[in-house]
Amino acid sequence: MRKTIPGTTPFDGDMAQKGYALNKMCFSFNHQANRDAFVADPEAYMQQYGLNNEQAEAIRSKQVLALIAAGGNAYYLAKFAGIFGLDMQDIGAQQTGMTKEQFKAKLVAANHS
Amino acid sequence: MAQLIGGLGTSHIPAIGGAIHKGLQQDPYWKPFFDGFPPIRAWLGETRPDVVVMFYNDHGLNFFLDKMPTFAVGAAPQYCNADEGWGIPTLPPFKGELDLSWHIINTLVDKEFDIVTCQEMLVDHACTLPLKLFWPEGDCPVTVVPVCINTVQFPLPKASRVYAMGKAVGEAIRSWDSNKKVAVIASGGLSHQLDGERAGFINKAFDLQFIDSLESNPEWATQFSIHEIVEKAGTQGVELLQWLAMRAALTAAAPKVRRVHSNYHIPISNTATAVMALEAV
Repeated sequence: MRKTIPGTTPFDGDMAQKGYALNKMCFSFNHQANRDAFVADPEAYMQQYGLNNEQAEAIRSKQVLALIAAGGNAYYLAKFAGIFGLDMQDIGAQQTGMTKEQFKAKLVAANHS
Repeated sequence: MAQLIGGLGTSHIPAIGGAIHKGLQQDPYWKPFFDGFPPIRAWLGETRPDVVVMFYNDHGLNFFLDKMPTFAVGAAPQYCNADEGWGIPTLPPFKGELDLSWHIINTLVDKEFDIVTCQEMLVDHACTLPLKLFWPEGDCPVTVVPVCINTVQFPLPKASRVYAMGKAVGEAIRSWDSNKKVAVIASGGLSHQLDGERAGFINKAFDLQFIDSLESNPEWATQFSIHEIVEKAGTQGVELLQWLAMRAALTAAAPKVRRVHSNYHIPISNTATAVMALEAV
């Protein structure tokens, strides 16, 4: 068994199978009409894509760690986050339990590590 | 035969598109990144490539998980950008270079790289932003052959395989029956991680070592497994594979490269950024 990297979920075949419906829904958000349809009725939209309970709950919560655990891939999830105007630093702060300012400071600190 | 003049590399963070759109190049946050480009643009102004081959990774604009190629080569007369879903401006289409596309395809398959060919292909920010960064004024003066390397779904191609593929692309460029000047571009990296509790991971020491290796020891990064690259550079830092392909292509052009210019800056968004130009000498 290969050693794992803490705080990291490689998006492998298992995750790609698990997250297929969730990622397919997020991929659809490339189109404005689909983003509008989701915002108008999230439950109906999720049903249309066949999300399971774990995935639907993760979407409702907008918690990125839960979305990843449900099989979400960062690149497709970013399109979901975009609907709510969340940028990568918002998402980074949320996943690391920091404020956005703290997360930004952590990034800048990488200059001196 | 065509001339392979050198290679370029740049990060491709989506937010760069917004910064260009808003004219923020001199803004204190953005200036340290954009300041890396003028010396490279000056070199491009002197050398004037006609065509570029772009190693990049799609982020879910053209390819979904239904069909995910490891290596895909564009063979389209024109490449369009489109809405990527997160609010960055859509950039205008640019022209392909069909004759070189098919020469690369034929050469790669002959060398036993069983690639996917794309006569229609949307290209995302990873393909459009480098062109806008290197040639910011007016219409893009180069034609393009996009080569997409999967960094989305594991298993990713091994670093050594990417290197071999890049070298084969370089050999294809060198054997192209054309009097045109060609450059190769790497789009991506360097260290960054968007997902998980490890989000925000950046590894400056590794990045700087990688950049130096491109100049003098191009095969250095092929010693690492994909797992090790993710560990050292982050889940998205694995995009450094694009840089490895670019550098490998240059080995077909000349025994050595000269570093025209490079710049490294932390952070833009969640990413350690790099830009670089290497001249085949």
